[in-house]
Amino acid sequence: MQPGHPCKAAHPLAFFPHLLLALLEGTVAAAVLALAALGLSLVFGVMRVVNVAHGEFFMLAAMLAWWVAKMVPGGPLAGFLAALVVAPLAVGFLAFLTERLLLRRINYDPEATIVATIGLLFVIQQLALSLLGADAKPVAAPFTYRIVFPWFGFSGYKLFVVAASVALLLGVWFVLAKTRFGLIMRVTQFDRETATAFGIPVNTVYSAVFVAGAALVAVAAVLIVPIQQAHYLMGLDPLLMSFIVVIIGGLGSIKGSVVAALIIGLADGVISMFFSPTLASIIATLAVALVLVVRPQGLYGQAPR
Amino acid sequence: MSAKSILLHLAVVAALFALQFVASDYMVLVLTRIMVLAIYAMGYNILFGYAGLLSLGHAMFFATGLYAAALGVTRLGLGIPEAFLLAVVIGVIVSLVIGLIVLRTSGVAFMIVTLMFSQAAFLTVLYFGDYTRGDEGIVIPDTLRQFSVAGLSMDLTSPVLRYNLALGFLAFAIAVSLLVVRSKTGHVLVAIRENENRTAMLGYDVARYKLRAFVLSGAFAAFSGAAYALMFAYAGSTLASIQYSIHPLLWTLLGGAATVLGPILGTAIMFVLVDVASGFTTATLLAVGVVLILLVLFFPKGILGTLRQRYIRWLP
Repeated sequence: MQPGHPCKAAHPLAFFPHLLLALLEGTVAAAVLALAALGLSLVFGVMRVVNVAHGEFFMLAAMLAWWVAKMVPGGPLAGFLAALVVAPLAVGFLAFLTERLLLRRINYDPEATIVATIGLLFVIQQLALSLLGADAKPVAAPFTYRIVFPWFGFSGYKLFVVAASVALLLGVWFVLAKTRFGLIMRVTQFDRETATAFGIPVNTVYSAVFVAGAALVAVAAVLIVPIQQAHYLMGLDPLLMSFIVVIIGGLGSIKGSVVAALIIGLADGVISMFFSPTLASIIATLAVALVLVVRPQGLYGQAPR
Repeated sequence: MSAKSILLHLAVVAALFALQFVASDYMVLVLTRIMVLAIYAMGYNILFGYAGLLSLGHAMFFATGLYAAALGVTRLGLGIPEAFLLAVVIGVIVSLVIGLIVLRTSGVAFMIVTLMFSQAAFLTVLYFGDYTRGDEGIVIPDTLRQFSVAGLSMDLTSPVLRYNLALGFLAFAIAVSLLVVRSKTGHVLVAIRENENRTAMLGYDVARYKLRAFVLSGAFAAFSGAAYALMFAYAGSTLASIQYSIHPLLWTLLGGAATVLGPILGTAIMFVLVDVASGFTTATLLAVGVVLILLVLFFPKGILGTLRQRYIRWLP
């Protein structure tokens, strides 16, 4: 995930303000990353499949946010709110179709799912390119309040993104830990066959989880698109970063994903600021290698039973 | 190995040799490219088809061969054969090191981790843009494409030489593949694919066999990448991108995983398909995506895999 590039004026700054800016950008990156990875982690946790088209769902939602903002009269705020409704619904519907027509037919076989969703990735990406063009599409932020530090100004919207992510993460945690639906999901995750035996409609749960995962990443996209423009290739970065986060956190562990998103996001912000974004990505990948060598199951993952 | 299967593979090589006399200049070029890339797919098949390990990151090995060869010629001033050998050796070393790390994981984690490493390799190519020239790529000038082996002077700008060289490489790859899949290693790999725990219980060192398959397929990829760079005088970062990790998977799946000739057939068909598709649309990725989805849904064994299941049981 690209945190907004530091403005040129930031360069003459002294070290500490510079670091503060890097940490702020890193926190924003971490928040969005956690949200994007959460969907992937949720789907993997319950269904044991990896959706490689996850990043394309993200891209699609960003495109929708741009389209909605263009269509809805009444300024950026109205467009933003409309996109918050439209994008998760539309992407969720696409996810529903994917689950029904693709994943269910191949019986959630992990390898076949990866190959099929790679196919889906190419299809969505190509359609976005052919229908919407290769140019980056800017979306205005719903509000433009700037928080003024003694050394630099920082977008209030970015902090709003952080707050919104935290709220959503807490919401998901609440649903998983405290509600009946969360209980059903955890049961299905733990043992699919026993769940079926107890009369849990596993297929419906799978549908719901897959749709929820897509809707979450769609919300993440709508939140980030005013910071980063919508572009048909934008899906790859969040996908790869989500992979890193999910692996380091332990596949299927939501707590792990959040912790890993924080580590990766902050590290990414700091390294991008002081060195280069490319180097940051390379280092993040090597971090994955390191985690794997020490703990193949990730930080919070459980060793396979 | 049965005489029938040896004959079949000889016939394929002979047919490809004969093809150059009837094919148009354009077809000769396309076929050269197909043959070079088919080697990449064949190596991929050893790991994916036989050992059952689905890597999403083989572009890093392809790119290793590609850049080692291109940089060897343009920067280190090596001759063509030396650069080629160097590229393959580096490919073996890189796949050994990466293999030792990524084979600690299995299943879905293995796929993701190989994808990640490949992406890191891709980013590294971009990061050292001063040497690799990023997107734009390294172009090997024509003057550096001449060399002599055993007194014979050769010029890689000649399409005929390139075609026959590619065919020679392909024949070599077919021979190695046949030897491997009919050897004890090949049988143990299939056993690992079918049931890893049981294979381990029977006393085979599963980790070592997996590493062997990984390095072998990495070496094939580097071999193909080096041949590609030298023959077509180009090494660009697109060839290191994720798409180039997906290609061998697609080709192998289409032709038939765990068949020696499947990857060649798959590569050829996909090339023709994309070629036809590009006639009326620029959306060639769409074709790739749709074929992948249809394969998974309706044709999981691929063309030769299905043929073998139904008719030709002896197909290696």
